[in-house]
Amino acid sequence: MHNSPMAPPRSFLWSRRIFLTVLTGFVLVPVYVMVSSSLKPLADVSGQFRWLPSGLTIRPYIDIWSTVPLARYFVNSLIVAGAATVCSVVIAVFAAYAVSRYNFRGKRVFTVTVLSTQMFPGILFLLPLFLIYVNIGNATGIALFGSRGGLILTYLTFSLPFSIWMLIGYFDSVPRDLDEAALVDGCGPLGALFRVVVPAAIPGIVAVAVYAFMTAWGEVLFASVMTNDTTRTLAVGLQGYSTLNDVYWNQIMAASLVVSVPVVAGFLLLQRYLVAGLTAGAVK
Amino acid sequence: MTTTVPAKAEVRQSSPGTADGPRRRPGRIRRIGLPYLLLLPALLLELLVHLVPMVIGVLMSFKELTQFYIRDWTTAPWNGIDNYRMSVDFNAPVGEALLHSFLVTLAFTLLSVGLCWLIGTAAAIYMQDNFRGRGLLRALFLVPYALPVYTAVITWVFMFQHDNGLVNHVLHDQLGITDKPSFWLIGDNSFIALLTVSVWKGWPFAFLIVMAGLQNIPKELYEAAALDGAGMWQQIRRITLPSLSPVNQVLVLVLFLWTFNDFNTPYVLFGKTAPQAADLISVHIYQASFVTWNFGTGSAMSVLLLLFLLVVTGVYLVVTSRGRRTKHA
Repeated sequence: MHNSPMAPPRSFLWSRRIFLTVLTGFVLVPVYVMVSSSLKPLADVSGQFRWLPSGLTIRPYIDIWSTVPLARYFVNSLIVAGAATVCSVVIAVFAAYAVSRYNFRGKRVFTVTVLSTQMFPGILFLLPLFLIYVNIGNATGIALFGSRGGLILTYLTFSLPFSIWMLIGYFDSVPRDLDEAALVDGCGPLGALFRVVVPAAIPGIVAVAVYAFMTAWGEVLFASVMTNDTTRTLAVGLQGYSTLNDVYWNQIMAASLVVSVPVVAGFLLLQRYLVAGLTAGAVK
Repeated sequence: MTTTVPAKAEVRQSSPGTADGPRRRPGRIRRIGLPYLLLLPALLLELLVHLVPMVIGVLMSFKELTQFYIRDWTTAPWNGIDNYRMSVDFNAPVGEALLHSFLVTLAFTLLSVGLCWLIGTAAAIYMQDNFRGRGLLRALFLVPYALPVYTAVITWVFMFQHDNGLVNHVLHDQLGITDKPSFWLIGDNSFIALLTVSVWKGWPFAFLIVMAGLQNIPKELYEAAALDGAGMWQQIRRITLPSLSPVNQVLVLVLFLWTFNDFNTPYVLFGKTAPQAADLISVHIYQASFVTWNFGTGSAMSVLLLLFLLVVTGVYLVVTSRGRRTKHA
């Protein structure tokens, strides 16, 4: 038996090889189906499944833009997810800074309340929220229901609890001496936050931003109830490729790929930060 | 997720000297007001989007809220606990369907969380030390998590198609396991389909969290164990898994709550009406509210669901925390 942790035993190596191979297959097959089907002619995806296309075509990638107004959905999703991310991160930074650096009455109530919203079933506040937005619209003329603004507001709140929680842990790991020093140098508390704490916590902030963007980009329930034709996001819009008679699977796969690439690429580029952020904040 | 913060808050409050922050600033009122000012945006949004709707939802559950009153819900007549009575009357169709949906959801959640945790933990431990292609594999494993839910689920819908799907092609045409092509998105098979998609999509989160948790285990522990003659498997059993238990406590709870409340996966997989065998509770309530336009009963069901989750979370936290405390003592 090997005693050093550097030399794992054969049983470990073999089981690892088998496990990781099977797992890779499981993960990869749907990805392969998505990519290969998006390059197939319609006949290939309508008849019996084929592993290899009879011919490669980029036609689906051209057709997706005209079958449904994909570009508009894309812009809507980009605006909604982008705005929700920016707002969510800024608000979470302020809140986490307050909790991390100050003692105040109600601190514990605040953190517990915010976090417990994570367990609310979305379905419980879907209808009340819908009614609130309609009523605010009737009372003030600010259209929240059916508008991007309403969706932005909703989504940014979805990612807020996790973001605050993760940033609290991250800010706690930034030494207090640093902002004490900044305060001595004449920065205000906000100066200390933005000049010292935020720069030191960039990985955590990036991680939180990635999370917020993904949350907003992928949400289906509220998007399906709270949008109309002009504000529809990708989550709902993608369902437009199945008409009653034909389901354009090649186009659906092409559109899915186009929609996924920005988030997946962004996520994989920034995953290092996410792991680092989780290590420092969430799982400590 | 709810778990660590109370603990952290306690720690912080027990040592007030370190957390006082900038005490050199002049102006006592400004100093006291500042934290509240910083919290205000988050607080207002939480109130608007989470807390006030929740209170309204609870109020609605005591009303006879059908489509006639939807324009102004406040005018709907109160009907006491009728909605609740109807939801839990397991001999009548509505209650019976809710109970069935609840049991399906419970079974689905336990299986999904168990599998996600198992696969995620195994993968993280196997990939702890460096080997060729590790970075690439790690990126690949995170793809299902990074994909937007609906694109991932739509791809699975395609794979589960009866005539032109990959699953039937492999099981029936290529391997000959089934006599004839099966239906995956209707009937009893739909439970397996739902579970497969949920695990495919969910395990990388467990992987991610456990991976982060592993980095916080001090190397000295392993070195000491190796000096004592513990092999790789023993090190995993004696050091790695016990050290992960605080991480697991939160991870399992979060996975449980997310999976139990999951709406997106079943909704995209099956559409507005889920098959009996995969009738998850959130879609069930959605249907009870929006298809039958009976929002009062739908709200009552949501409140019952929330109460159940509160109780489970509470019991879980008490049990797991006590388990850990006695182990340390």
